[in-house]
Amino acid sequence: MDFQIIWFVLIAILFIGYFVLEGFDFGVGILLPFISKDDVDRRIVINTIGPFWDANEVWLITAGGAMFAAFPHWYATLFSGFYIPLFLMLLSLILRAAGFEFRSKMKQVWWRKLFDQFIFWGSLIPALLWGVAFTNIVQGLPIGEDMNFTGNLLHILNPYALLGGLVVVLIFTLHGALFLSLRTTDKLRERAEKIANILWIPIAVITGVFAVLGYWNTVLFEGLGLVPGSFPALAIISFITCYVFMKLKMQGYAFAFGALTIVMGAAVIFYGLFPNVMPSSLDAAFSLTIYNASSSDLTLKIMSIVALFFVPIVLAYQGWSYYVFSQRISRDAIPRE
Amino acid sequence: MDVLEIARWQFGITTVYHFLFVPLTMGLAVLTAILQTFYYRTDDIAYKRLTKFFGKLFIINFAVGVVTGIVLEFQFGMGWSEYSRFVGDIFGIPLAIEALMAFFLESTFIAVWLFGWNKLPKGLHLLSIWLVAIGSNLSALWIIIANAWMQVPVGYVLNNSRAELSDFVAVMLNEQMLVMAQHTIIAAFVTAGLFMLGISAWHILRKNQVEVFAKSARIALVFTAVSAILVATTGHKHAQHTVKHQPMKMAAMEGLWESEQPASFSLFAIIDQKNKTTERDLKLPYMLSVLAYNNLTGQVKGMNDLQQEYEQEYGPGDYIPPVAIVYWSFRLMVGLGTLFILFALYGLVQWWRNKLEDSSIYLRLATIVMFLPLIANSLGWIVAEMGRQPWIVYGLLTTHDGVSPNVSAGSMLLTTIAFTLVYGLLAVIAVYLIHKYAKPGVSEDDDMIHAY
Ligand code: HDD
Ligand code: HEM
Ligand code: HEM
Repeated sequence: MDFQIIWFVLIAILFIGYFVLEGFDFGVGILLPFISKDDVDRRIVINTIGPFWDANEVWLITAGGAMFAAFPHWYATLFSGFYIPLFLMLLSLILRAAGFEFRSKMKQVWWRKLFDQFIFWGSLIPALLWGVAFTNIVQGLPIGEDMNFTGNLLHILNPYALLGGLVVVLIFTLHGALFLSLRTTDKLRERAEKIANILWIPIAVITGVFAVLGYWNTVLFEGLGLVPGSFPALAIISFITCYVFMKLKMQGYAFAFGALTIVMGAAVIFYGLFPNVMPSSLDAAFSLTIYNASSSDLTLKIMSIVALFFVPIVLAYQGWSYYVFSQRISRDAIPRE
Repeated sequence: MDVLEIARWQFGITTVYHFLFVPLTMGLAVLTAILQTFYYRTDDIAYKRLTKFFGKLFIINFAVGVVTGIVLEFQFGMGWSEYSRFVGDIFGIPLAIEALMAFFLESTFIAVWLFGWNKLPKGLHLLSIWLVAIGSNLSALWIIIANAWMQVPVGYVLNNSRAELSDFVAVMLNEQMLVMAQHTIIAAFVTAGLFMLGISAWHILRKNQVEVFAKSARIALVFTAVSAILVATTGHKHAQHTVKHQPMKMAAMEGLWESEQPASFSLFAIIDQKNKTTERDLKLPYMLSVLAYNNLTGQVKGMNDLQQEYEQEYGPGDYIPPVAIVYWSFRLMVGLGTLFILFALYGLVQWWRNKLEDSSIYLRLATIVMFLPLIANSLGWIVAEMGRQPWIVYGLLTTHDGVSPNVSAGSMLLTTIAFTLVYGLLAVIAVYLIHKYAKPGVSEDDDMIHAY
C-alpha cells in the first residue's frame, strides 16, 4: 500500500477523533447557557469537560501538524484559502479557552457572564465553521493551476455550506447533551436527557435534508452510484440506535452510538473525497490529490514509524485520564464561595 | 504597507507574544515539580502549600501559552503558504511530532495534576507534574528542531521545487538545534527562577509568611544562579556557531562593516545602515575574536565583504539585515544575562552571610528583576530571526517568496489588529490574575485547587 494512503487514513482518523472528542465539549459549551439554572450549575457543566477539553483540542493541532508534514500542499491551500473563516475559528478557540481557564477565577457576576459568552460563542462558531469548511471541500472549490484557492468569502459562505454548518452544530449539541447526562446528577442530568430527547427528531430531519441535497451539491457521490460504500448506511443505523438507547434510558450506549454516528458521517466525507483531498471546481486536473499534494516517500515513511509508536501511547494515557475522571459531578463537589 | 510587511508583523507579534509566557511555563513546571518533590520526600506541609501556590500561578500562565500556541500552528498555512509548500516535507515533521509527543502529554497530565489532588496516590500525582515539565520542555525541543532547520538547513535536497528530506538524522541532530535548544531552555529556567525569587521576595518584604517563602527563595536562588551561568556559556557557544554558519548575522550583531582581524567587541555604536558606517564605536580590543573563536587572532568578516560574497552566490540583492535592531538587541540580551549572573551570585552571598531575609534593598530589586528575563527572551528571538533576514530559510528561500499569494493586505491587516487586541486583553487579564493570586500568599487551609 502507498504511504500516501496510510497518511490520508491517519489524517482522517485524527479529524474524526477531533470531531468525536471536541464535538461533545463544543456541545457542552453550546448548552451552557440553556441548561444551567444558577452559577453552581454552570460550574458543574464546565467541570464536566474540565480535564478533557485541552487534550481534545490537541487532536486538531496534531491533525494540522500531520497535514503539514504529510500533505504540505493540502495544508497550504486549505488554510490560506480559508483565511478569514480560520481566523474566526482561532479567535473563537482562544476566547473559549480563556473562558474555561479564567471564568471562575473571579467572583464578580459581570465577569462570569462575559466569560460564559466566550464559552458559548467560542463553541458555537468553530462547530459551525467546521461544517461550513468541510461542506465547501466536498462541494469542490475554485482551485487554480498553481494550487491556490481563487474564490472569496461569499463563495465559502454559500447557503448549502451554511446548512452543513447548522448540521454540525446540532449534532455536536446532541452529543454534548448526552455527555452531560453521563457526567452530572439530579436535576441537571434530567435536563440533559430531556434536551437530547427534544433535539433528536429535528436533527434527524435537517441532517436528512442536507444529505439528500448532497447528491446534487457535492462530489461525494460521483461515480459511486447511490450508495457509496456502507458508511452512510452505518451512520443512519447508529443514529437510530442512539435514539433507541435514549428512549431506554441507557445513556452510556446512547452516547456511544451518537459518537459512532459522527465517526460514520465523517467517514462518508473522507471516503467520498478519496483520492482527492481538495477537489477543484474549475478543472479536475487542478484538484489536489493525495499524490500531488504529498510529501516525499522518505518523510511519509519516517512519519509512519513515529505514528506507529506514539499514537498507541497517547491513546492509552488519554483513555486512562477519562477513566480517572469518570465519576459524576454533583453540587457538593463545587466549593462554596 | 504591503502584504509581506503585515504578514511579518503578524508573525513577529504572535510568536513574541507566545514566547512571553512560554518560558515561564517551561521553567515554572520544573520548579513546581521540584517543590512537590520536596514535599513528597520530607512531608513538610510548607512545601505542599508552596506547590499549590506556585502551581496556581503556573496554571494561569500556562493557559495563555496554550491559547496563543493554536494560532502559531496554523499561521504557516494561513499567512505563509508558499513557505509551507517549500518546507513542509521537512519542517512539518518536527511540528507534527511535537504535537503527538509533547502537547498531548502536557495537556493530559496538566489536567490529571490539577484535578487529581485528592484522587490519585501521591507518587502518581507527583509523576504527573513531572510529565508536564518534561512535556513542555520537549515541545520546546521539537519546535527548535524546526526553527534550527530554517536557520541552518541540513539533510535536504532540492526537488520538485521544494526542499525534500534526504537525511532525517541530520535534521534531528542539527548542530544549530543543539546550541539553540540548550540556550533557550536554560533561559526559560532563568526566567522562572527569577520569577519565583521575585514573588518570594515580595512576601518576605511584607513580612508575610516569611518562613515559608524563605524556603522557596532559596530554591529559586540556587536554580537561578546555576541557570544564569549556563545561559551565558551556552550563549557564548551559540555565538561561535553563528560566526561559522551565519556570518552575516554575526557581523550585524556587531555592527561590523569591514572585516577585522583580530576583531574587537563593540560596546556602543551609532549605526547608519544607509551609508554603511558605524560611528562612535567604543570597542574592547580582541574580545570579538575571543567570543567567536576562543583565541586572540581570529578574523570576523564584515558586512560589506559578505554582501559581495552573497551577490556572487545568490545574485543581486540586499543581504544585510536591519543592523541597528540586531546590534542593540544583542547588546541588551548579553547585558541582562550578565546582570542576572551577578544578581544571583550576590543573593547567594547574602544567604551565606545569613542576611537574605534582611537585605530589603536586594529583595526589592528582586521584585523588579523578575520582569527582565521576559525582555531578554524576546530580544534573543529578535536577534535570531531578524538577523537572518532577508532569508526565511537561510540561503534557500527569501521571506519575500514565502508569503501567501492569495491573501489580501486587507485581510492580513484586519487579522493582525484583531489578534493584537485580543492578545493585549489576555495579557492584562493574566497579569491581573497572577497578581491577585500571588498577593495573599500560600493558603493555610488545606483545600484542593478547584480547577474551574
Ligand atoms: C521554546 C519553547 C517554545 C517555542 C519556541 C514555541 N513554543 Fe509553542 N508552546 C511551548 C513552547 C514553545 C510550550 C511551553 O510547550 C507550550 C506553552 C503552554 C503549553 O501547553 O505548551 C506551547 C504551546 C503551544 C501550542 C498549544 C498546545 C496545547 O494546546 O496544549 C501550540 C499549538 C504551539 N505551542 C505551537 C507553536 C508553534 C507553531 C511555534 C513556532 C512558531 C511555537 N509553538 C513556539
Ligand atoms: C519554528 C518556528 C518559527 C518559524 C517558522 C518562524 C518564521 C518566521 C517568519 C516567517 C517570520 C516573518 C519574517 C520576518 O519578518 O522575519 C519571522 C519573524 C520573527 N520571528 Fe520567527 N519563526 C519561528 C519561531 C519563532 C519563535 C519561537 C520566536 C520567538 C518568539 C520567533 C520570533 C520572531 C521575531 C522576533 C520575528 C521578527 C519579526 C520581523 O522581522 O518582522 N520566531 N519568523
Ligand atoms: C549572558 C550572555 C548571553 C549570550 C552571550 C547570549 C548569546 C546569544 C546568541 C549568540 C544568540 C543567537 C543569535 C543567533 O545567532 O541566532 C542568542 C539567542 C537567544 N538568547 Fe541569548 N545570550 C545571553 C543571554 C541570554 C539571556 C539572559 C536570555 C533570556 C533569559 C537569552 C535568551 C535567548 C533566546 C530566547 C534566544 C533565541 C533562541 C536562540 O537562538 O537560541 N539569552 N543568545
